[in-house]
Amino acid sequence: MALARNSSPHTHGPRSTQWLMQQVLIATVPGLMVLTSFFGIGTLLNILIASITAVSCEAAVLKLRKRPLGFYLSDYSALVTAVLLGLALPPLVPWWLTVTGTAFAIIIAKHLYGGMGYNPFNPAMIGYVVLLISFPLQMSAWLTPGGLLVDGTPAMGPDFISSLKIVFLGNPIDGFTAATPLDAFKHNSGLLVSQFYEQTPQFSQGHWAGFGWEWVNIAFLFGGIYLLARKVFTWHGPVGMLVGLSIMALFNYDGGSSSSNGSIIFHLLSGATMFGAFFIVTDPVTSATSNRGRFIYGAMIGIILFLIRSWGNYPDALAFAVLLMNFAAPFIDYYTPPRTYGHSKSGAIIHRSKED
Amino acid sequence: MSKVWDIHGGIHPAENKQQSLTGPLQTVALPKTLVLPLSQHIGAPATPVVSVGDKVLKGQLIAAAKGFVSAPVHASSSGVVSAIEERAVPHASGMQAPCIVIETDGLERWAEHNAAANYRNKTAAELVAIIRDAGITGLGGAGFPSAVKLQPRQSIDTLIINATECEPYITADDQLMRQRSADILIGIDILAHILGDPERVLIGIEDNKPEAQEALAKALANKPVSEHAPPIEVVEFPTKYPSGGEKQLVQILTGEEVPSGKLPADLGIVCQNIGTTHAIYRAVCHGEPLVSRITTVTGKACSTPGNFEVLIGTPVAHLLEQAGFNEALCPQLVMGGPMMGFALPSTAVPIVKATNCLLATTAQESPAPPPAQACIRCGHCAEACPANLLPQQLYWHAQSKNYERLEAHHLGDCIECGACSYVCPSSIPLVQYYRAAKGEIRLINEEKQQSDRARIRFERHQARIEQEEKDKAAKREARKLAAEAAKAKREADAKTGAANTAADTPSASTEKSTTDLDIVQAAMARVAANKASPQDQRKRFERAIETTAARLAKAEKDLEAFTKDENAELNKEQLAQREQQRASVEQARLRHQEAKNKLAALDNEQSSEQSSEQSPDQKTQPESPTDSDDEPELDRAATAIARAQKNAAQLALMTPEQKLQKQRDSLEKRLGKARTRLAQAESEGSEQLEAFAKAVSSLNEKINATNLELASLTQTSEPANKPAQQSEETR
Amino acid sequence: MTEMSSLELLLTAVIALVALATVFGVILGYAAVTFKVEGNPLAEQIDALLPQTQCGNCGYPGCKPYAQAIVDGEAINKCPPGGQATIDALANLLDVPAPELDAEHGEEAEVKSVAYIREDECIGCTKCIQACPVDAILGAAKLMHTVIADECTGCDLCVEPCPVDCIDMLPIPQTVSDWHWQTPLTPAQRFASNNPSHHSNANLIASDRGLDDSKDHAA
Repeated sequence: MALARNSSPHTHGPRSTQWLMQQVLIATVPGLMVLTSFFGIGTLLNILIASITAVSCEAAVLKLRKRPLGFYLSDYSALVTAVLLGLALPPLVPWWLTVTGTAFAIIIAKHLYGGMGYNPFNPAMIGYVVLLISFPLQMSAWLTPGGLLVDGTPAMGPDFISSLKIVFLGNPIDGFTAATPLDAFKHNSGLLVSQFYEQTPQFSQGHWAGFGWEWVNIAFLFGGIYLLARKVFTWHGPVGMLVGLSIMALFNYDGGSSSSNGSIIFHLLSGATMFGAFFIVTDPVTSATSNRGRFIYGAMIGIILFLIRSWGNYPDALAFAVLLMNFAAPFIDYYTPPRTYGHSKSGAIIHRSKED
Repeated sequence: MSKVWDIHGGIHPAENKQQSLTGPLQTVALPKTLVLPLSQHIGAPATPVVSVGDKVLKGQLIAAAKGFVSAPVHASSSGVVSAIEERAVPHASGMQAPCIVIETDGLERWAEHNAAANYRNKTAAELVAIIRDAGITGLGGAGFPSAVKLQPRQSIDTLIINATECEPYITADDQLMRQRSADILIGIDILAHILGDPERVLIGIEDNKPEAQEALAKALANKPVSEHAPPIEVVEFPTKYPSGGEKQLVQILTGEEVPSGKLPADLGIVCQNIGTTHAIYRAVCHGEPLVSRITTVTGKACSTPGNFEVLIGTPVAHLLEQAGFNEALCPQLVMGGPMMGFALPSTAVPIVKATNCLLATTAQESPAPPPAQACIRCGHCAEACPANLLPQQLYWHAQSKNYERLEAHHLGDCIECGACSYVCPSSIPLVQYYRAAKGEIRLINEEKQQSDRARIRFERHQARIEQEEKDKAAKREARKLAAEAAKAKREADAKTGAANTAADTPSASTEKSTTDLDIVQAAMARVAANKASPQDQRKRFERAIETTAARLAKAEKDLEAFTKDENAELNKEQLAQREQQRASVEQARLRHQEAKNKLAALDNEQSSEQSSEQSPDQKTQPESPTDSDDEPELDRAATAIARAQKNAAQLALMTPEQKLQKQRDSLEKRLGKARTRLAQAESEGSEQLEAFAKAVSSLNEKINATNLELASLTQTSEPANKPAQQSEETR
Repeated sequence: MTEMSSLELLLTAVIALVALATVFGVILGYAAVTFKVEGNPLAEQIDALLPQTQCGNCGYPGCKPYAQAIVDGEAINKCPPGGQATIDALANLLDVPAPELDAEHGEEAEVKSVAYIREDECIGCTKCIQACPVDAILGAAKLMHTVIADECTGCDLCVEPCPVDCIDMLPIPQTVSDWHWQTPLTPAQRFASNNPSHHSNANLIASDRGLDDSKDHAA
C-alpha cells in the first residue's frame, strides 16, 4: 500500500494567494468607478492596456525562466500590479507610456529580482516613478474632473472616440486638463487658505478637499475597509500612514495662513493618499514584516509623503515615499521583532517574578 | 470560575469531532501478534529483559527503563515472545527500530499485580516509583515519561490537567472523560498527593466538550471530600487551536509564560494530560501497568469511526479493520491529529503509548498539499503563531540555512503546531522547513561538542607523547652521563690525575650538543621519510580512484533503484530526486576520470623526475641509521605522531638555514604538483595551460632564489655551525 | 564685495577637505586604538571550525597544525572529513571564495564511520593504540584491544598499521533518534527537475539558483 508521507499539518486553511489577489482586485472597484465617473474612461483604458502588457510580459519572462506558465500566471500578481499602476496613472496618457511603465514594472522591478515574493521594491511604484521621471509632461496632465464649473459651465471630458484618439493616436489633450488640487495648492502664492479656497473652483465647489478628488479618496477608503474586513491585511500599515500624514499636517497647518501646508482633511483626501494607504503600503512583499514594523513603515511613508508634498518638487509623492521606505523595510524588520512567547521585550529569556 | 487569558494567534480549523463520538467506547478483538517498540517515549530506549521464546503474562515487564528519562515496556497480553528485532515503527521517518514481538495466546492471563491499598498513606517517592514502573508516559501525544515530570525540584503551587484536546478529529480524551470521570478524579488526587497538595488544581477544557464537562462536574459533586485534597476546578475556555500545547495552556489558565528553555515547573506548575491521570489511577489503584489506551479512529475512509480501547502494540491494520477502514479511499494515513500528527509508512506499524488518534481521511477530506508558491510575506502566519514568532522570516532564513539568524529569531521556541502552514496562502510547508532546520542545528551542535571533545583528547594525547619523549631523552642522557663519568673516573684512576682537565672539557661540550643532535637527526630522518612523497601521492591518487569508483558504483545503483521504481507513481519531488541522482552519477564519473588522469600524470612525472628526486634522499638516508641505533625505532604505523613530532622538532630547532631548506622543500613539492597539473592540462588541452606553465616557471625561479640564498647563508654561517659538525663527527 | 577667484575657491575646498580628513582620521585612529576588540587568534578560530578528526588527510599532523597552516596561506580545501560544509565555513571566516574539496586528500564520506576491532582476531600489538590521535582505543600489549565508539573520530589512521587487518571502518547507521526532516525543494529545484536544460541561464535570477540564499530580508 502506497501511503503518502508529508510533514504535518495535513490540513490547510481555505485561503490561497489567488484569493488574496482577487480580493485586492475587487477592492479597487469603488475607486475605479469614482475615477471613471469624474475622469472618463481613461483609467479603464489604462488598466486594460496595463493588464495586457503585464500578463504578456509575465508570460514571456516565465518562458525565459522555464517556469510553468499556468502555475505562475494563476496567482494574479501580475494583474494586481497592472491594475494598481493603471489606477495611479493619469487618465488618457498615451498607450506607449502605460506599456513602458508596466513592462518595466514586471520585467525589471519584479522578475529580475526573482519574481513574486522576491522583489524589494513595489513594482507598480517603480513603473510609476520611471514614467514620472522620464515623461513628466504626460504624467502631470490630469483631466478636469467632469462636472466642475469652470467660468459657469460644467467641464466635460473628451468623448469616447476622442479619448481613444488621445490614447492611441496621440491627439493633444491640452484642452481638457486642469491642475489637481494638490498642484493648485502648491502654487498658492500669498493667499490665506480660506481666500485661496474661495478663488479656486476645485476647492470652492468641493466639500472638504477639492472637487472630485475627495470622492476618489473616499472610494479607495471603502475598498480598503473591505480588505480590512476580509482580514487580507492588518490595520497597522494603513493606519500608520494616515496617522503619520495627519500628525505632520496638524503640526504644519498653522491655522490657514498664506504659507500654510494644508489641513489634515485636505491631505487625507487628496491625491493618492487613500489609494496609497490601502493598496500600496499594504503590499506585503515590500513592507516590513511584524505588525509594529508595519506601523512604523506606514508612518514613515506618511511623513515622507507630507515632506515631499509640502517642500519637494512634486505635488504628490506617494511613489517616492513608498520606494524610500522599501529600502528601509529590512532595517525596520531588524529592530522590530515581536516579543516571542517566553522571552522578555529585549529578546532575553524572561525570569519569573512571582506575583502571588 | 477562574479568569482565563488569551494566547497570541491560533486558528479555528473545522473540528470534525462528531464523527467519532456517535457510538460508545468500543473494545478491540485480541490481535494475533503484538509489536512493542522499545522506544515509545522521549528519552533512552528501554532494554529488553526477556528473550525470544519466553512465555510472558499480561502486564509483565519485558523491557526495563534505561536511565532517568526513560520508561519500561510491559507485555500487553499473555503469549510468547516470538522475536526481538527491527520492525517498522510509527515515526515520521518511516524507519525501523527494535521491537519485541509477542504471539498472543488468547488467554489474557495477567501477571501478578497488587493495588496500593490507600495511596494517601504512601509517600510521594513510592507513588512515583509505581508510576515509573508502570511505564506511564504522557498520553497526549508527546510521550514524555510521567514520573520524571512528577519529581520537580521546585515547589509546585498549581497542578494543571490538560483536557483541551484541541486538535480536530480527536475525541479520545473527550470519550474518556464522559465514561470514566470518577477514576480520573482519583488519578488527579494521586497527582496532587505526589506534588504535596498544591494550592489549586485546574482542569483546562475547551468549550466544545459540554458533555465531558458535565460528566466531570457530576463526578466532582459526588467525590468524597478528603481533608488534604486541594479544590479541583474545571476551567472552560474558548475553543482555539493550539490551546492544548503545554505552554499555551499554562498561559491560558495562569496568564504566565513559561520562560524559553525552561519548564512549567520553574513557574511552580505541573501539567499532565487527562489520559495520563487515568493511567496513573489504573497503575496505583489496580496495580496495572500501561498496557492499553483509548485511541480515536476516524476519517471518512472509515465506515464506523469511533473510540477504541486498544492494547499497546496492536498493529494499526488490526485496529483499522474494526473501524471499517477502506484502503482504496485513503491516500494518507495519519497517526495523531491533522495538525501535528505524522503520516504512517504502512499499516503494519503498531499502536504505541502516545497514539491518540488514527486519521484515515479521503482525498477530498484532506487533499494533497498543492505545490508551494512564493512567500509573499503576507504575515498571516505571524498572526496565527501562538509563540508570537515571525514564521515568514524563519522561512527565509531556513531556506538559506542561516542558522545564526534562525536562532536570533527564536526558532527553538517554535512548537511546530502547524498553524502557520495552515493559514499560509501560498501553502508553503513551513513546519517542515523549521523541523529540517532544527534537526540540522541539533546535528551541528552535536558535532561541535564531539569535535571539541576530540580536540581536547588530541591535545592531551600530544602533551603525553611529548612528555614521554622528554622523559626518555632525559633518561638516556642520564645513562650516558653516568657511563661517561664512570669511564672518566676509570681513566682518571688509571692515569692518576695527569690528564684530568683534558677529559673533562669534551664531555661537557657534548652534553648539550648531543641532545640537540639527536633530535635534529631524528627530524632529518623523518624529513627523509616524508620525502617519499611521490609514493604517498600515488597512494593517495589510488585511494581517490578507489573511492570515486565506489561512489560511482553506488550512485549508479541508487539511480537504478530509482528508475526501477518508475512504475510506481512518482511525484514531483521524487522526480527531482531522481534528477539529482543522475547528476551525482555524472559527477562521480567525472571525478573518477579526473583521479585516473591525475594518477597517469603522476606516473609520467615520476619516471621523468626520479633521478632528481632521488639525490636528496640518498644524501640523507645514510645518516638516519645513526639515530635509530640508540633510539627505539618509531613505529612506522604512527605516522600522525611522527609527523607531529617532525614539525615540533623542526620548529624548535629551526636555524635560518633549515628554514630555508624547508622552504625549498615545500617549493619543490609545489613544483612537483604544478608539473602534474601542467601535464594534466596538456593531456586534456585545457584552456588554463598557460597559467599552469607560468606557475611552473615562477616556482622554478623561486627555488633558484632560495638556493642562492641558502648557499650564501651556509658560507657565512659556517663557523657558527662548526661545533655541531664536530660533535657529529665525534659520534 | 569681491568675488573669490576660482583659485581661491579651489584652495578653500582643498583646505576644508584636508581639515575634515585630518579630523576624521584622528577620530578613527583613536577609536581603532581605544575600542580595539581582542578577537580569538585566527588559528584558533579556524581550528574551531575544523572537524577535529586529527586524521592527517590534509598532510598536517592534526587539525591545529592545519589551522596554523591555513593562517600561513595553505589552501582551505584539504579537509575531507569536514567536507564542503567546513570549506564553506572557512571561506566565510576568511572571506574568500569557497573552493571545491581537493580530491587528492580524499573524498568526503557520505556517512560518518567509526573504527571497529574484530576482537577475536586482534593479537594485542598496540600499534593501533599508538596511531590513534584521540586515545580512543583501549588495550594493552598481548591483550585484546577495543575502540571506544563514542570517542572515535573515524579518522581511519588505525586501519593501516594493524598487522592482522582486523580493524574495520563501519558506517554509523542512521536511527530513528537522529533522523530529521529534510528541507523541502525550492521552486527552482522543483522546476529544474522538469527540464534539465534549465541550467543554461539559471544564474541570471537569484531565485532560479539552487538555493534562494541571495535574499536575506532581515540581515
